[in-house]
Amino acid sequence: MYDTIIIGAGMSGLAAGIRLAHYDQKVCILERHYTIGGLNSFYRMNGRDYDVGLHAVTNFTAKGARKGPLARILRQLRFKWDDFALAPQKGSRIAFPNTELRFDNDIDLLRSEIKQTFPSQVDNFEALLEKISDYDDLDQAAFELSGRKVLEETISDPLLIEMILCPLMWYGNAAEHDMAWGQFCIMFRSIFIEGFARPFKGVRLILKNLVKRFRGLGGELKLRSGVKTIHVDGDQAVCVELDTGEQIQGKRILSSAGNLETLRLCSDTSEPDPRSAGQLTFIESISILDRQPESIGNSDTIVFYNDSDKFHWERPTDGLCDTRTGVICSPNNYEYSDEDGNLTDGVVRITTIADFDRWNALSPEDYQREKLRWYDRSVAESIKYTPDFRAFVIDTDLFTPTTISRFTWHDNGAVYGAPAKVLDGTTHLKNVFLCGTDQGFVGIIGAMMSGISMANLHCLRP
Amino acid sequence: MAPEEIRNVIIDILTDIAPDEDLTSLKDEIDFREQLELDSMDFLDIVMELRKRYSVNVPEEDYPQLASMASTVTYLTPKMVDCVAS
Repeated sequence: MYDTIIIGAGMSGLAAGIRLAHYDQKVCILERHYTIGGLNSFYRMNGRDYDVGLHAVTNFTAKGARKGPLARILRQLRFKWDDFALAPQKGSRIAFPNTELRFDNDIDLLRSEIKQTFPSQVDNFEALLEKISDYDDLDQAAFELSGRKVLEETISDPLLIEMILCPLMWYGNAAEHDMAWGQFCIMFRSIFIEGFARPFKGVRLILKNLVKRFRGLGGELKLRSGVKTIHVDGDQAVCVELDTGEQIQGKRILSSAGNLETLRLCSDTSEPDPRSAGQLTFIESISILDRQPESIGNSDTIVFYNDSDKFHWERPTDGLCDTRTGVICSPNNYEYSDEDGNLTDGVVRITTIADFDRWNALSPEDYQREKLRWYDRSVAESIKYTPDFRAFVIDTDLFTPTTISRFTWHDNGAVYGAPAKVLDGTTHLKNVFLCGTDQGFVGIIGAMMSGISMANLHCLRP
Repeated sequence: MAPEEIRNVIIDILTDIAPDEDLTSLKDEIDFREQLELDSMDFLDIVMELRKRYSVNVPEEDYPQLASMASTVTYLTPKMVDCVAS
């Protein structure tokens, strides 16, 4: 009998597992996939290491900072700042037609860019910062306000609103078109006030440290162990049954499978309404270059682009992908230490919006052909906003919504889960709780924070 | 356990929670919150570490007693009189 069974060995499940095992609970993490990480996993192909989800770790604060989510998770998990070895970004851009805003890990750069490009909005931007700083994290009513409405009340230039929303929606908005005010504040702080960083060795460094710690504390991790059913008696779960038929008993269950996905596992619930599942998913191409991006004039860490003055954040209305907006990430463009130098290969990652159902319906032959076609199309769109790198490409890969669904098991491969978040992590069962994407925090640091806070709140109370 | 030993216990716990902090210059009379910017999650951790390591229970209404090193040691001295330093 386990004290806690955790479903999913992503960032949230591993962080929760460390908390519980540290306080002497008997904990088991069950992971359906053959590897750890969930959305933030990694793989090796043609002798090269690739990350799945990671563009940047958001919420970056420098060594010695005591405030902010990064400092907090380090304390909660008993890690040193150096264990995550985060190198800060060089600088990023929001690129719209004829207008761009640069930003880095110091909000003053964005301030001065706004002063230069939107001089009439300087005071309004300060008013927005004030509102963000007043926002209280765990207030569900304030969380659910319309982000666009609050922005329209604060900023009078529609283009600036769209440009601010673009990176925030790209890095953490599960809903189409609009963004909950709470999610907006969380994302604004994590991107514009704190900022981007990356470990030289990529996401595997963080994951390996988490797993090593979890196992060192006596935690058990079972890969290829998909949960088929959560067996329910009355108002509580009694055990989980794996795909193999094996039954595992636990006093409580903490699930990072997603809200609808978890409910569907419960033996007492009927099929949830699929329309409440998330719809936003991506393709991402990875191009390996024979030189550093900087040598061809690309020194941006991340570029968020959009092809018109109105930002389109919606599932593609026709076709497999919508390339009107996208993200260009160059993992070489971080301030790595002199000791580490830079990554051996140049890398450019292009992310664009995709449709899960259409990708999922393709035959294996069509799937391969469409991957090649959309690699070309998404790269061709991106080079309007970054120097053309196509002549230097020596290897490529592309992952699709079905890849994301395989790693995360989220309905529709929805990268940020379902639009409705359950901030307190409760379900209809008194010993089943949610953590991860659908609890409300996203990103690597956010996911760990979710696991930690739900473990503290629901699994560690005496 | 003598007050000086209890102080060492708390230093050990704080070292564990915040390994990047230099605690040699910690001032006993000033609140942890102010010096180390510990938040409520961290205070809960101090309580849980005391329970894990020494089976000492600190009820929620007594959490304010853990504000500074001095107040913590004063509060814990009678509770930890029978504890043995590890």
